Amino acid sequence: MVKNALTTGVIWLTAALVSGVFVWLLADIIIHGLPKLSWSFLVEPPQNAGRSGGIGPIIVSTVLILGVAMVTSAPLSLATAVLLSEFTRHDSVYGRLVRRSLDVLAGVPSIVFGLFGNAFFCIYLGLGFSILSGGLTLACMVLPLLIRTAEEGLQAAPNDYRLASAALGMSRSATLVHLLLPTATPALVAGLMLGLGRAVAETAALIFTSGYVDRMPGSLFDSGRALSVHIYDLSMNVAGGDSNAYSSALVLILLLLIINSIALSLANQWLHRSVVTV
Amino acid sequence: MSHFINNKSEQVDKSNTDDAYTLGPLQSGPPCCVPEPLIRVDNLSLHYGLKPALEGVSLDIYKGCITALIGPSGCGKTSFLSVLNRLTDMIPDCRVSGNVHFDTMDLRHPALDVQRLRRDIGMIFQKPVPFPLTIRRNIELPLREHGMSKQAELNDVVQQVLQDVGLWEEVKDRLESPALALSGGQQQRLCIARALALKPKVLLMDEPCSALDPISSGVVEDLIQRLRGKYTVVIVTHNLAQARRIANYAGFFWIKDQRAGCLIEFGQCKQIFEAPAHELTAAYVNGSRG
Repeated sequence: MVKNALTTGVIWLTAALVSGVFVWLLADIIIHGLPKLSWSFLVEPPQNAGRSGGIGPIIVSTVLILGVAMVTSAPLSLATAVLLSEFTRHDSVYGRLVRRSLDVLAGVPSIVFGLFGNAFFCIYLGLGFSILSGGLTLACMVLPLLIRTAEEGLQAAPNDYRLASAALGMSRSATLVHLLLPTATPALVAGLMLGLGRAVAETAALIFTSGYVDRMPGSLFDSGRALSVHIYDLSMNVAGGDSNAYSSALVLILLLLIINSIALSLANQWLHRSVVTV
Repeated sequence: MSHFINNKSEQVDKSNTDDAYTLGPLQSGPPCCVPEPLIRVDNLSLHYGLKPALEGVSLDIYKGCITALIGPSGCGKTSFLSVLNRLTDMIPDCRVSGNVHFDTMDLRHPALDVQRLRRDIGMIFQKPVPFPLTIRRNIELPLREHGMSKQAELNDVVQQVLQDVGLWEEVKDRLESPALALSGGQQQRLCIARALALKPKVLLMDEPCSALDPISSGVVEDLIQRLRGKYTVVIVTHNLAQARRIANYAGFFWIKDQRAGCLIEFGQCKQIFEAPAHELTAAYVNGSRG
């Protein structure tokens, strides 16, 4: 009896501790960040190295960088996941090689991706410090995560569907499109969210690729400062930039929440249209 | 409105319409008119990797008849079924040898159009596998995949096959609701309807009633009875009484020398159950072995 109560207590305590840290962090950001948050903060350009003014161009750059990263990485990762899970045998040499490489890539520190992106996209491909370079670098970075989650989602789809569908003379591609992908949608969305979260939080990889410039970007070939880079810059390099850093951090969190909920509702709608669950 | 099963005069597929195959009420497995082999299996062996699962199986599946395959678990009955519609292709390391012919087609030919074949030879699994779609879409999806696109035509087929499996009255008002919400017996009948919609010549059934309660099982069994004559049915079952009730022919599989499954005896159902030639068969059908 006592043992049981003790175990329950410890479990509760751990849970409380973990959520406590989260609540503390969130409260700190909200308390310091909320007073400065206003419509003009969201749309105006930064002034005096970010000490005053808003973060309008920075939000635009961030969204563009994320857009480039997701538009390139989502189809690539889905295709690779389909290849790995549906068209190669699990124990084949090729499959093992790809999976092992992905695991290694997933563990590479983001600063290394930044240097790679700088060398390859900025210099070798001649894209320079640009939103495109930054987005493509982030795409490389989140690719392993997206592929593994998508692959796991596909593999979690019941094998019965593959057999029953084949027994009805349906092609593998039709099975994939009509049955497996819809079944795996929640996992695909979850993976995308994780990838977005990592991408939006990334600083190191972007400093070397999309740069520091806090002007409003004119095109994808312009340099643009991401929110995370802005926060880093304000808190590390700009004396007196702390309050704006807090507000920017709050915006970053809100942005993530908004992206999350939009993606979830889209996925729900799509799921409802193509698959009917009980 | 043509019915695949009930209305003979309007059968779409000529080859399935021969009146001679329609039988009256069954006693214990009467012969099925003049036996005309539709599938010929000769010296079939099957290995999973290095492990043999079936050795030297030879038998004929007769057109329009119900053939029951009986025997203990693990003796290769399901593997045998999978050879007939080439689902073995989907199992890595599965090797098949021997000759299997369907009509005049070599079933093991590498260039065979497998999708076409699986349309002709449908399969029902032990556990009903309705897709996570609506009841209607479950039937329409394979049809669309095989090129039927007119909605009116699709509606007709959906209604026909659901009537054929006796599900129409139960679901006609909720065709757009999820198939997963149906009961187990209804799900299995939906799966049979889905297979029938493709107008197969042969239906392979892998213990179609074993996951169902006795009442649903009875309904499905009646349905299988009604398929006789129109379709060639090969059914794997552990329910000997069921095999005896519905089958015209029966094959008894056994694991020889603890190694691979093989066919011990094949013949008319009545003979297998009432006068088995092999002592293993006798022991199995009497319940003293297996």
